[in-house]
Amino acid sequence: ALQISRGLWKKYGDKRVIDTPISEMGFAGIAVGAAMAGLRPVCEFMTFNFSMQAIDQVINSAAKTCYMSAGSIAVPIVFRGPNGASAGVAAQHSQCFAAWYGHCPGLKVVSPWSSEDSKGLLKASIRDDNPVVMLENELLYGVPFEMSEQAQSKDFIVPIGKAKIEREGTHVTLVSHSRPVGHCLEAAAVLAKEGVECEVVNLRTIRPMDIETVEASVVKTNHLVTVEGGWPQFGVGAEICARIMEGPAFNYLDAPAVRVTGADVPMPYAKILEDNCIPQVKDIIFAVKKTLNI
Amino acid sequence: ASRVMVASRNYADFASEATFEIKKCDLHRLEEGPPTTAVMTREEGLHYYKTMQTIRRMELKSDQLYKQKIIRGFCHLYDGQEACCVGLEVAIKPTDHVITAYRAHGFTYARGVPVREILAELTGRKGGCVKGKGGSMHMYTKNFYGGNGIVGAQVPLGAGIALACKYFGKNEVCLTLYGDGAANQGQIFETYNMAALWKLPCIFICENNRYGMGTSVERAAASTDYYKRGDFIPGLRVDGMDVLCVREAAKFAAEHCRAGKGPILMELQTYRYHGHSMSDPGISYRTREEIQEVRSKSDPITLLKDRMVNTNLASIEELKEIDVAVRKEIEEAAQFATTDPEPPLEELGNHIYYNEPPFEVRGPNQWIRYKSVS
Repeated sequence: ALQISRGLWKKYGDKRVIDTPISEMGFAGIAVGAAMAGLRPVCEFMTFNFSMQAIDQVINSAAKTCYMSAGSIAVPIVFRGPNGASAGVAAQHSQCFAAWYGHCPGLKVVSPWSSEDSKGLLKASIRDDNPVVMLENELLYGVPFEMSEQAQSKDFIVPIGKAKIEREGTHVTLVSHSRPVGHCLEAAAVLAKEGVECEVVNLRTIRPMDIETVEASVVKTNHLVTVEGGWPQFGVGAEICARIMEGPAFNYLDAPAVRVTGADVPMPYAKILEDNCIPQVKDIIFAVKKTLNI
Repeated sequence: ASRVMVASRNYADFASEATFEIKKCDLHRLEEGPPTTAVMTREEGLHYYKTMQTIRRMELKSDQLYKQKIIRGFCHLYDGQEACCVGLEVAIKPTDHVITAYRAHGFTYARGVPVREILAELTGRKGGCVKGKGGSMHMYTKNFYGGNGIVGAQVPLGAGIALACKYFGKNEVCLTLYGDGAANQGQIFETYNMAALWKLPCIFICENNRYGMGTSVERAAASTDYYKRGDFIPGLRVDGMDVLCVREAAKFAAEHCRAGKGPILMELQTYRYHGHSMSDPGISYRTREEIQEVRSKSDPITLLKDRMVNTNLASIEELKEIDVAVRKEIEEAAQFATTDPEPPLEELGNHIYYNEPPFEVRGPNQWIRYKSVS
């Protein structure tokens, strides 16, 4: 519906590009079975909200099978689609699933921000012999990004499990994934004018999370702010904070780590309400200033 | 071991094959069905007998080991249903594919996993067919995709395997099994739709043993004609206690799929002697009389034995010898399953991912780490 596969059917035909009926549990299971039998399917959920219909197939059939079979059955599948808040689509169509899928061993979960991320992570996900959940973002589909020559090359991949430092800084570490990475960079630009230099870490992968890059950054800046679109409880930021506490970076924190998240409510419809339910640039700036006590 | 010396009976005294009448299948959206007679050779008969008897004794041994608390957790036994998995296996090729739910030990054996590896998996030892990682409900081997614990989830998986069969174009089919309980799952109807739309070489097989856990079919389904529940998918209802009936029906179904006609549905009417699982005595929702009646009138192994003896395909003594050999095999397998060591602790972290460089997995606290190897 969002034209991500535009042109693919023309190029590859019915055998390789299959339009399905609206039967998520059924088609997700079919895709997983096809992967078990040697194909490399890419299964699209129109949005990840609908993946809840099929979540048993993602977790119990895809994620756990390699382990249960002691490595004899591989499930090289990619589940992809838009995740998280969109614009005015209300509560049932706006949920972020990063924490839900990131919770499960056996899955890999990636969350691209830029065009380079999207292309490189998709190719890496397809080539990976394991089930990968790729959480895209509908509002990012229309946003143009610069792409290097290298990123445009045919076999370019972004390795799964490695975060990227989008902006170097010295005063505070902002860790984020997906669309909020852009907000972090905007906040960083505003804060730079006030002499605060933010280091912006784009996680790129939720699971396995590259906590080492975050730790190295926190050791340098001594301050941590996590930013995500999902709800606060049991979220990506909560996991980052817990892991920072367990690791070497804890002793380098000059202030408690802070989380910026979606508001802890189902997403309302009215624009003014919706706008205040997602982390905005001003919310990030406020959190940074609180952390730095300025 | 003492052997009884029987009156010398030359193997040339036996018939080489015989023809048997088998029950006509009820048909749904089919002009004609499988044949109503089946030819069975002596070799085939002996093979079917030995295989079914092995499964029977293996399941009874599992019952014993479970009561001794050597097997733990879930244990869903297949005794009574042997004709289904054996009849299906001999109708298809090793290159075809099979997927079923959790009452899977019979299929695991039929698809080629030795008894000792099945029992050792049940007892959670490193010699188990999946190294103790899966247990009763998660055993796998080549072209056998388990062993699935979530009721009904294996059905879309089976259609997906069939999709891969169609894609690769090697004329393979996938047997996708489920029970009368699972037959009411929504995802099965989603799968019927897609399998028919895309003409997938998927043979849907409902093993109707009359009870979904403790609920009889009449109390669970508005329509108990499971072979018709595929609606637009042709179906047949088969006597699941007769290994030849199952065999002929499965051959018919496989031909249908291989001819590119799309999916087909088989309902196998069968019976389980045990309760749903080892936690279920199986007599609170059905009578001992009913169980006894099936045992005395419809037992699949007895049926086969009587047929073979009555047509001179084998002698009673010969079949008894097979029984003895089977018992021995099961005893040895049980010996192995009770003495093989448990998997080493290191195994805990392995096989999270496939084809992945080694990494570390967190244990119950941050200081306990396990290496994960693919």
